[in-house]
Amino acid sequence: MRVDGISKAFGSHVVLSNVSLGVPKGSIHGIIGKSGAGKTTLIRIAGLLEKPDSGSVRYEGIETPVHLLRGRALLEARRKTGFVFQSFNLFASRTAGENIAFPLEAAGWPHAKAHARVAELLALVGLSDKADSPSMHLSGGEKQRIAIARALANHPSILFSDEATSALDPETTRSILELIRSLREMLGLTVIMVTHQMEVVRRICDTVSVIEGGKIVEQGLVADVFTNPRSDAAKAFLKEDRND
Amino acid sequence: MTDALNLLIQPLGQTLLMILVSTLIATIFGGALGILLFALSNDRFAGKHKGARFAKHVADRAINVLRSFPYIILMVLVLPLSRLIVGTSLGTRAAIVPLSIAAIPFLARIVESSLSEVDAGVIDAAISCAASKRRIVFAILIPEALPSLVSGLTLTMISLLGYSAMAGVIGGGGLGDLAIRYGYQRFRGDVMAVAVITIIILVELIQFAGTALANRIRATR
Repeated sequence: MRVDGISKAFGSHVVLSNVSLGVPKGSIHGIIGKSGAGKTTLIRIAGLLEKPDSGSVRYEGIETPVHLLRGRALLEARRKTGFVFQSFNLFASRTAGENIAFPLEAAGWPHAKAHARVAELLALVGLSDKADSPSMHLSGGEKQRIAIARALANHPSILFSDEATSALDPETTRSILELIRSLREMLGLTVIMVTHQMEVVRRICDTVSVIEGGKIVEQGLVADVFTNPRSDAAKAFLKEDRND
Repeated sequence: MTDALNLLIQPLGQTLLMILVSTLIATIFGGALGILLFALSNDRFAGKHKGARFAKHVADRAINVLRSFPYIILMVLVLPLSRLIVGTSLGTRAAIVPLSIAAIPFLARIVESSLSEVDAGVIDAAISCAASKRRIVFAILIPEALPSLVSGLTLTMISLLGYSAMAGVIGGGGLGDLAIRYGYQRFRGDVMAVAVITIIILVELIQFAGTALANRIRATR
């Protein structure tokens, strides 16, 4: 997955200017920044939920830059990705199992095959007993597990996570991060995580981008950024992390 | 009193026919129009296109004009249309046409606002599941908004019950007509009472059924 020279403005407010980012297959990349830094817009553009004003988004195995795709080709590209959100965004009108089934319905899976896949995904996130639970009855951690299962339904190769653990308590946060890490090992996923918590980066990311004022101010291996931060933004995050 | 009750039977049937058929028609056309209004204005659907914004603007004006007409004027204005559609401009069948025309923009607004209440994040999740816009509307948005849609439909039916009281003007009959012609013009207090009480019971029944259904849907979530 790589984005090149992405710029985006909402009206006269410039949110991203000339941002580039490459994430190698199978690695976990963190995007850290304060609120308003542009990190959510960046992941939404990379995950095909928003269009850039300029620049390109490319996924491995797709010839055309994916931000240019439309119609059926766009849906096909989206099937290569999964997206999880801070507020889980489960469908209240559906049970946990039916939430996971939705992307399969959309991809035209036959019913029996979809049913088996849902069971497989529930087992993968450790919630096999919750298939028929109304999704709003689940705890925060369970909701996020179901959302992750839903995101992975179509065997995507990239998982986007926009503050997926920010609404969770520390213990649940750790268990969700653990799950994402093990999914990466098992499925060879490429993971891109937006966060404002250095802890998330420290625990599971391989590489990190520090974003401030719509620009990437520092990028590199997590170990390097932790031992030798160059930008003020990175230094501030590290200080915060030590104080926690 | 038995006489008054006997007088009730036919108008009750006419009122029920008028509101049920016009609700059905409004659900189909008003529902479709409501979905269109929503899609034209929502950023995650067509809302970012200039053409969509213009179409929404035109539709908004047309709907507001239609909704501004006092119902009794609307009823007379659409007489030629009634003749065209149901073959007559008199009677209960003819009264269904203006009722439907009044209910379509009303319900369209209700559907538009119910769909707009669905959390934008939920739409993002559905988009990221690689679903088509049409599937997102029918498999996610309408089910998500269902309790609010049921409440809106209840409101529409009760408004139609009110409007249907004016159907007498074009010979449509119904409970309102009974109350005016017998109760008011012939000083039959008993008929007036029976007609009004029946309308009250109908309103209560519709409201009760609508609320119960909406609550039942909510309870399973």
